Amino acid sequence: MTLTAIIFAGILTYFTRMTMIALISRDMLGDKIKAVLAYVPSAVFPAIIFPGIFINDFGTFIEMNDPKIFGALVAVIVGYFSKNIIATISAGLVSYWFLIFVVFS
Amino acid sequence: MLTKKQLFTRGMLDISPHMLSVIPFGIICGAIGVELGFHPYLVYAMSFIIFGGASQIVFLQLLSGGASSLVAVASVGIINSRHLLYGAVLSEYLEKLSFIKKLLISYVVVDQGFAESNKFFKKNRSEEFLHYHLIGTGCTMWVCWQIATLSGIVLGSFVPEELGLKFAIPLTFIAIVVQDLKKLDHVIVMITCGLSSLLFFEAPFKSYIIISPIIALFVAALLLRLKK
Repeated sequence: MTLTAIIFAGILTYFTRMTMIALISRDMLGDKIKAVLAYVPSAVFPAIIFPGIFINDFGTFIEMNDPKIFGALVAVIVGYFSKNIIATISAGLVSYWFLIFVVFS
Repeated sequence: MLTKKQLFTRGMLDISPHMLSVIPFGIICGAIGVELGFHPYLVYAMSFIIFGGASQIVFLQLLSGGASSLVAVASVGIINSRHLLYGAVLSEYLEKLSFIKKLLISYVVVDQGFAESNKFFKKNRSEEFLHYHLIGTGCTMWVCWQIATLSGIVLGSFVPEELGLKFAIPLTFIAIVVQDLKKLDHVIVMITCGLSSLLFFEAPFKSYIIISPIIALFVAALLLRLKK
């Protein structure tokens, strides 16, 4: 029963991946649409970033002094200047751990 | 001209830093599935059949919370509908491929792979075998995801919960978009998306994840019009 649901969810997910790649040809997208599509990363990823920072595991907003906000800010600054993915993730995590284990403990 | 192998390797290298967040998250996903009381084989089957990080957790959480299968399947579809946008962007670079190759390559399109391959494609439009970069990012992600979720299923959550490693996921995406903060139009689009996602967070079926990009792309279209 659950397996059937997983298979349906898998087929649906595969269709979201395949549809545009396999069924759209270049002529179907005009220059205007292509110009808008250039914003896709900036238009999609904040929908993963913002809730990941500002909403906790219980689905409610965090406090304004939550360590995640500080960790995210550090990650933005380090990422902006270092242009390095590992440095960005590590800086965010380490500053977050510093607050929860050293400052707030 | 880079060879197929060089492009594949480049794709692997470009996505590998993201494994710092993907692997702990995969372990957590696998462990949560078993903790929620699902059979280990089913939890693993999802990594193979759905292959979509957060949607797998949501699926199991909904089912274990008593939601119907239909609701769980619909939620996975809506969460993963963002791939339609990735496909629309990638189609431009993949259009020379045969239909069969397009069908096969589609299976490995993931968030981080799309982001890194798209960056590479923009700078190297003239390469003949560009799609090998996408295969490189996608296959690296696939292998790491299978191993990570499997180890979470088998070993349980050996990643201490106190570390809050789920926080690595927003950080990985910060690393992807942070250089675009130099451009004001991109900043406006990002803030629109981020605020919309918080505003619509309670919308049914986790639909905030596709509603907010649509709003943000609408704003992007307006910005393009203003620029002229």
